Amino acid sequence: MYTFGIDIGSTSSKAAIIRTGTELIRETVIPLGTGTIGPAQVRKAIFEEVDLQPESICYTIATGYGRLKCDYANEQISELSCHAKGIHFLMPTVHTVIDIGGQDAKALSIDDNGALVNFQMNDKCAAGTGRFLDVMAKVLNVDITDLGPLSLKSQHPAAISNTCTVFAESEVISQLSNDVSLEDIAAGIHYSVAKRVSGMALRIGRKADVAMSGGVALNVGVVCAMEKEMGCPILVHPLCQSAGAIGAAVLAWEKYIKEHQ
Amino acid sequence: MIEPALEQTKAAEAPAKPKRPKAKSMEMIGEQTKALFESAMLAKERGEKVGWSASIFPQELAETLGLVVLYPENHSAGIAARHQADPFLQECEGPLGYSNDLCAYAKVNLAYATVLAGDSEVELPDGGKMVRPDFLLLTNNICNQLTKWYENLAKQLNIPVFFIDTCYNPWDYVTETRVRYVRAQIDQLIHDLCEFVGKQWNEERFRQIMKVSQRNSYLWERANNLMDHKPAPLSGFELFNYMSCMVCNRGKESTTAILEQLNAEIEKHIADGTSTYPVKEEYRVSWDGIACWPYLRHNLHTLKEYGINMVASSYGKAWAIEYDDLDGMARAYCFASTNGDNATTMIDRRMEALKRFDCEGTIYHVNRSCKVMDCQMMEVQRQLSEQASVPFTSFDGDQADYRNYSEAQFETRIQGLVEVMKQNREAKQNG
Repeated sequence: MYTFGIDIGSTSSKAAIIRTGTELIRETVIPLGTGTIGPAQVRKAIFEEVDLQPESICYTIATGYGRLKCDYANEQISELSCHAKGIHFLMPTVHTVIDIGGQDAKALSIDDNGALVNFQMNDKCAAGTGRFLDVMAKVLNVDITDLGPLSLKSQHPAAISNTCTVFAESEVISQLSNDVSLEDIAAGIHYSVAKRVSGMALRIGRKADVAMSGGVALNVGVVCAMEKEMGCPILVHPLCQSAGAIGAAVLAWEKYIKEHQ
Repeated sequence: MIEPALEQTKAAEAPAKPKRPKAKSMEMIGEQTKALFESAMLAKERGEKVGWSASIFPQELAETLGLVVLYPENHSAGIAARHQADPFLQECEGPLGYSNDLCAYAKVNLAYATVLAGDSEVELPDGGKMVRPDFLLLTNNICNQLTKWYENLAKQLNIPVFFIDTCYNPWDYVTETRVRYVRAQIDQLIHDLCEFVGKQWNEERFRQIMKVSQRNSYLWERANNLMDHKPAPLSGFELFNYMSCMVCNRGKESTTAILEQLNAEIEKHIADGTSTYPVKEEYRVSWDGIACWPYLRHNLHTLKEYGINMVASSYGKAWAIEYDDLDGMARAYCFASTNGDNATTMIDRRMEALKRFDCEGTIYHVNRSCKVMDCQMMEVQRQLSEQASVPFTSFDGDQADYRNYSEAQFETRIQGLVEVMKQNREAKQNG
């Protein structure tokens, strides 16, 4: 028995297939989000990769920014609950999850079963989100995947404000023109994100273990800055970007079982 | 693959029904509002002085003198709710040079006043029914920014401000020295206002007006409290529509008639087991903060998707002001708004509401217009959720500036809250 989870984000689409709620068969990421061919592509890709037909799926849950547009899903659940469940599936000791996505950031407090207990989300501002990092990488002319390793070489992180993406972009340009190194600017950018998000995370408490999920968790520079700001180690699973989709697939199994008991 | 059953966590939509006729009390509100603006227009034509007033000014004073008074905060909310605020916001932040960070009620009103003063050509969508004032009535119990807002109005329009400085309350009561401080100002204000408008103070009429006002406060509070029935007899957002009679017409008998009608309608719903809430009431929540007027429809629609009824609000009840003499008036108006109270008092009031109305969650409107409210909100939500074990969510918005809201963010937060409330309920049922 297979369940399917799809996380349609603002900048990428993620999918996961799970067998009997316990075995992750596959997860796939396509860097195209809602309103594009990304959601259809990721679905097509994952079924081809595992040699299954959509008809083999007993329950589907959609999550993410574009979840309400997913008309084939049995149910739509918020990315809050899905990331909570997904991280619990991947790392059962975690009780605090920080998820930085393309256009929002959230801190989740979860119980021993991976259920959502409390949450905080960013305000109506892109600072402290994945979009912020995309903009900064572009200004630095650095591939987004290189931003993290680059920042780890920094000796003196630059001061970059975290109240507005547009102003922060101007600051980065100014730092570049003052010959501040790329490494120091990259580190400054990561501290800017970390300061903003950690403030939100600390509001819900810091119950160990703490983990990051979402695509930004793959950025080692942000994780490092977050650890310093939060004052605790932060766990990152290699499949962190797919945590929402995995959580959706796990919840799909739980729903299916409940309905067929 | 089983057939998709879309959005099973959401409440089942009620079958299509013919549109519900407007409640009589709602029609009466419309007539009362219309009459107020018409009376202001007629008073101006007769050469009488018309005022503008802060929303929790002791309006019984103006009522006693038979003065027509209009309410900028209420008027700005109406403009915002009708999606007409944009040109006023642009005018205020552009040619008038005010900061984007101001209260949006103030921004809309300052721009509107500039049009009335002949210094702006923004089109008035209501034809200028908010007539140019001859004087201003002000208290700072609901908001400190009002003092600067009204100072600017007074300067721009060259009119006087009659001002009562109320006090912030560090305790859960108002001290006698503070009562004396406010009472002395009320006495002076009565003297000054009478002199300015050329009218005599009539103690007997004042007593009558107080009686009406007290009756109205009682009826308003009663209507709010009847929401403790299950299911609640009204869709909670509907009570926001009745606020204008308490804000603008608290001392009038027409308000008594409206609120008596409203109470009767609510009682009938309770007796019949019916409700104006359009779908099955799955969850009961409290609402903290001023309504997000530009997106009230979206708020309601999103909540309705999950069967969430907002049965308790910290906002509307601020106008249930009880007292029986001038000293009592001084005390009551010091204690009317949550912005003048300390956090402990506010939390206690909210705790009581959560229990009384049996709420399973709270929605906090982080209102960019109201910095005082936002300052206390985070601590209130932290303490209240701990004490009451009731989950909450908050969203960014604004009472009148439509630019400070994101529909998708609101939807995700509400769905998240529903998921937590649902889990809590299941955990409770499973022992």
